[in-house]
Amino acid sequence: MSTFFTNARLIDPKAGTDEPGNLLIENGHIVARGAEILSPEGVQVVDCGGKCLAPGIVDLGVKVCEPGERHKESFKSAGQAAAAGGVTTMVTRPDTTPTIDNPETLEFVTRRAKEAAPVNVVAMAALTKGRAGREMTEIGFLMDAGAVAFTDCDHVVTSTKVLSRAMTYARSLGALIIAHPQEPILSQGAAATSGKFASLRGLPTVSPMAERMGLDRDLALVEMTGVKYHADQITTSRALPALERAKTNGFDVTAGTSIHHLTLNELDVADYRTFFKVKPPLRSEEDRMAIVEAVKSGLIDVISSMHTPQDEESKRLPFEEAAGGAVALETLLPAAMRLYHAEQLTLPELFRAMSFNPAKRLELPGGTLDEGAPADLVLFDPDAPFVMDRFKLHSKSKNTPFDGQRMQGKVLATYVAGSCVYRRD
Amino acid sequence: MGFAQRHLLGIEHLRPEEITEILDLADQYVELNRRDVKHSDTLAGLTQINMFFENSTRTQASFELAGKRLGADVMNMAMQASSIKKGETLIDTALTLNAMHPDLLVVRHPHSGAVDLLAQKVNCAVLNAGDGRHEHPTQALLDALTIRRAKGRLHRLNIAICGDIAHSRVARSNLILLGKMENRVRLVGPPTLMPSQISEFGVEVYEDMAEGLQDVDVVMMLRLQRERMDGGFIPSEREYYHRYGLDADKLSNAKDDAIVMHPGPMNRGVEIDGTIADDINRSVIQEQVEMGVAVRMAAMDLLARNQRAHRATQTAEI
Repeated sequence: MSTFFTNARLIDPKAGTDEPGNLLIENGHIVARGAEILSPEGVQVVDCGGKCLAPGIVDLGVKVCEPGERHKESFKSAGQAAAAGGVTTMVTRPDTTPTIDNPETLEFVTRRAKEAAPVNVVAMAALTKGRAGREMTEIGFLMDAGAVAFTDCDHVVTSTKVLSRAMTYARSLGALIIAHPQEPILSQGAAATSGKFASLRGLPTVSPMAERMGLDRDLALVEMTGVKYHADQITTSRALPALERAKTNGFDVTAGTSIHHLTLNELDVADYRTFFKVKPPLRSEEDRMAIVEAVKSGLIDVISSMHTPQDEESKRLPFEEAAGGAVALETLLPAAMRLYHAEQLTLPELFRAMSFNPAKRLELPGGTLDEGAPADLVLFDPDAPFVMDRFKLHSKSKNTPFDGQRMQGKVLATYVAGSCVYRRD
Repeated sequence: MGFAQRHLLGIEHLRPEEITEILDLADQYVELNRRDVKHSDTLAGLTQINMFFENSTRTQASFELAGKRLGADVMNMAMQASSIKKGETLIDTALTLNAMHPDLLVVRHPHSGAVDLLAQKVNCAVLNAGDGRHEHPTQALLDALTIRRAKGRLHRLNIAICGDIAHSRVARSNLILLGKMENRVRLVGPPTLMPSQISEFGVEVYEDMAEGLQDVDVVMMLRLQRERMDGGFIPSEREYYHRYGLDADKLSNAKDDAIVMHPGPMNRGVEIDGTIADDINRSVIQEQVEMGVAVRMAAMDLLARNQRAHRATQTAEI
């Protein structure tokens, strides 16, 4: 089983290159690449027509609503959405009902994913039981069962004592902890970022400073315990100096952000449009620009979709009552292309944050075009224009903030371990 | 172009000419309301439903009276008591009511933006009677009418809005309206009760009452909610009264002919001294209540006219 991709524009985030070339895959792995390599006899040839071929996206922080809310999203629908969005690995969140906080539920998830999803799925598990912030989960057993990281998602472990013990224990096992940096008391009940816009709309707010406070505490605990730490979403400029300091001082710290915080700002909420309600809330334009800059410099390592399906009922409510989150597996790549077309980030920089860095952080194979890497690939046209229609999404839930918007960037085909899992008709 | 709105959801959507048109018509209704026979058939045959998802006596009574004086059939629904408890969503409630063919829906809701949401789902005119901390447009209009009648104009005045700005929809609607009509607006209150970056709306922010009231034409006091008095936002009731309560001493900083307003209900001895509130030379608090009925009559009249015109064109198309 070999495929030869010819006439491709190869995006290599590891080398930071964007150049024409060919790529040969065999038995699910990349075996050769370059401008000069030729097609061997008898292999399937894919003419890329000059379009981009990049390592498939490794999406850190996808919510699939199994178990518990399959009407919102199942492994099948999320897997199809991922394939259509160029996501070759979904790293799933444990904030389901019930929480994935023991090896048995984790095994259920792994089995369901294998049965139903056409892309790779690796699961994260909760850091504390029920994500309640009181007792740590069986980190050792969960790692044996395949958990790649431990996170309470958007629940902050309020007790610093509990978190410090969980971190100490996780450090002894080499486990990665992913946290949501936020001062939980200050941000209680908030639906928007404090500022002019929220003041006009009369929404309960949280200061952007709450993110920095949460990060400051977490980083102090990292210094104390030596644990491997990743901040799930850094969305404000005020949090960046602390992050930079921690990295400079050699702590094992990385950070991510969401595609929504990179491409939208607080004003997009407009007349209480609940599809724009995410957690943390959308920030000011100044913050958005600072975060784009931080992705460019590499201070922020990872861009995720933070895919969070919500049904219509959860969103057709007054803004304060409406559920947060947006689906984004399928819109991650086209939304990222906005940053490329605005000349704010190059394609290798984008794929460094969407593929290479998340794979590296989770110690997964992939995220590169190196020989020997798994043939998880996305073929896309960064320029193709379209108008987003939410009812055409593969996700069961259609809560995207990009509905009706003009976008550029279409996924043409997605390959997982060398097999085509999606092809645009 | 005259008053062109389908709903009255907020002052934000109104042009200055539209505000003036409502106030001009309200002036006529003030006259009607002072006659012995206070009845008109302007809204005869129309159904007005008052949906209050939050407690209200004064505003609901004012809307009810306004509708009845114009001849509408008025129905009050206390929403906390009914379907909300049964788990019905706001939109379902709206659709249910819509099926009863109301012509005017008056809605108050504890969440910002909820009335906008409801207005998208019904095909009749919706009047916002207060949504969360967002807007309370008829209150701002009645305040504007009161000021215009007391001062003879509604522009180039110095107006201080004092107290709990952060939680007040009255303050928001007022500062937008008074700004649109080209007045100088000052906000006075403790920083814990001030919304963030509010100074960017072209208002001046003061933390000291004496400074904030210096030479103003109008002093607008806001109600301090009981639940905010327990140390969360301010240390105590008595310290608040000492620093921010309107008394003769603080009022002496304002112009000699400055008027004192309050949207009610008042906490005497918390945000306002009783003697000031009762001083007929300074306080226009009772006039505000009177103007409230007139302004609501005017707003419903104008919305009903637009609705009739809109329905007529729809019928013509068929």
